[in-house]
Amino acid sequence: MQIFPCPFCGPRDETEFHFGGDAGNIRPDGADVPIDRWADYLYLRTNPKGTAREIWVHMNCGEFFVMERDTVSHKVLSSAALGGEHAA
Amino acid sequence: MTRRYSALSLFKEGLAGQTGWQPAWRSPEPKPSYDAIVIGGGGHGLATAYYLAKNHNITRVAVLEKGWIGGGNTGRNTTVVRSNYYYPESVELYGLAHRLYEGLAKDLNYNVMLSQRGMVNLCHSTAEMEIGARTVNAMQINGVDAELFSPEDVRRVAPIYNFSPDARFPVFGGIWQGRAGTARHDAVAWGYARAASRLGVDIIQNCEITDFIIEGGRCRGVQTSRGAIRADRIGMAVAGHSSVLAAKAGFRLPINSYALQACVSEPVKPILDTVVLSPGCGVYVSQSDKGEIVIGGGLDRIPSYAQRGNLPTLETVIAGLLEMFPIFGQLKLMRQWAGIVDVVPDSSPIIGESPLPGLFLNCGWGTGGFKAIPAGGTLLAQLLASGKHNDISRPFDLDRFASGRLIDEAAGSGIAH
Repeated sequence: MQIFPCPFCGPRDETEFHFGGDAGNIRPDGADVPIDRWADYLYLRTNPKGTAREIWVHMNCGEFFVMERDTVSHKVLSSAALGGEHAA
Repeated sequence: MTRRYSALSLFKEGLAGQTGWQPAWRSPEPKPSYDAIVIGGGGHGLATAYYLAKNHNITRVAVLEKGWIGGGNTGRNTTVVRSNYYYPESVELYGLAHRLYEGLAKDLNYNVMLSQRGMVNLCHSTAEMEIGARTVNAMQINGVDAELFSPEDVRRVAPIYNFSPDARFPVFGGIWQGRAGTARHDAVAWGYARAASRLGVDIIQNCEITDFIIEGGRCRGVQTSRGAIRADRIGMAVAGHSSVLAAKAGFRLPINSYALQACVSEPVKPILDTVVLSPGCGVYVSQSDKGEIVIGGGLDRIPSYAQRGNLPTLETVIAGLLEMFPIFGQLKLMRQWAGIVDVVPDSSPIIGESPLPGLFLNCGWGTGGFKAIPAGGTLLAQLLASGKHNDISRPFDLDRFASGRLIDEAAGSGIAH
């Protein structure tokens, strides 16, 4: 069992968390967004091998946060509340 | 030299002290250029090379594999072959693969040990039975064999299932496909490799792609750990690592990579002669020819490139297995492993030209690539040979994500993900 750090609840079992997608994938705004931009936002993923910045939700407290993780070693590098961080 | 495998050649070699066998495929040095390059020496890549040579007479072909052939998902799956999908596009695709599998051993002169022992997808409630009937009807209309099983039918093919009155997931019936079954996964890779090599294809192992050669906006070749290799038509069939290569080529794909794990027990005497899938337990099971119970389940829920499974998912799978078959409670697990699968939002593959002209994709098979190997190879070969889609591959182009014509086979993939 791997332990993930929730920024609000501290270290918890991996089974309490759910993956929420790439950090920084911002929903396009406005009425004239081209189709390709929508497809990019909805479907295309960076899916990096190595360091990844991801949105996760801790299902027990219901809070979303940003976790930096290595997708090969599964090592957690950082974990922080969302805030304005998401846009970076 | 013995070139053709047969009972007679086996007999002759027995008399001659087994001295005439030759390696099943050549291992040549890479040439500086080819007519076509296939990246990835798994089932799909090797099949692509074979059908390029056989169907399109293009034999100056290289298969570039970073490790050893068949060492990725081709050697890590649970060997099930089936075509019990819902949408007509999927039935065309997996139906083609299923038909080709049925003639594959003869076509390749290599025993892929296809065993059409049938597969039952169980239904655990009246609501699931209604969906089961709908699926069976759709399959029959689309021309694939399917039968709606009653509880008695299920008891006939899988008598060791947990039919007790207090079972957590009681059997209301099932979706039966009699032509489904299993094949020997390594033999599929080795059979395609041997047949392709004999038609002139160069199979180059330990050759990792480091970059693409892009000239005038087109893909013209690859930089590899064994030097530059050029070709104007390049196909990639690298499953869970598709996003990694796409990043090198300058585009992104609608893919997340996850670990999918499986495990086998110690070998036991024949006890289960069909493939049983329980959606409720999230587990599917078959028995290999060696006697091992082969167990598969759902994805690990954490995006990953680590080719190993996580324990919580294994625990869920084993709990499901014992709910289905309490008799397996004394079995000892022998091996457990994982492959990295390329999961697409609609659980259907991506076949077609990539955003980089000259580079063609065969990816996104997610948890179900093994059963599709002959079709994936046939269709990617046609794309590489002609630059044009076959009617069967057209719906699976990458453009479906912008057009919204998704082929949502989340149910057809059998296990939740």
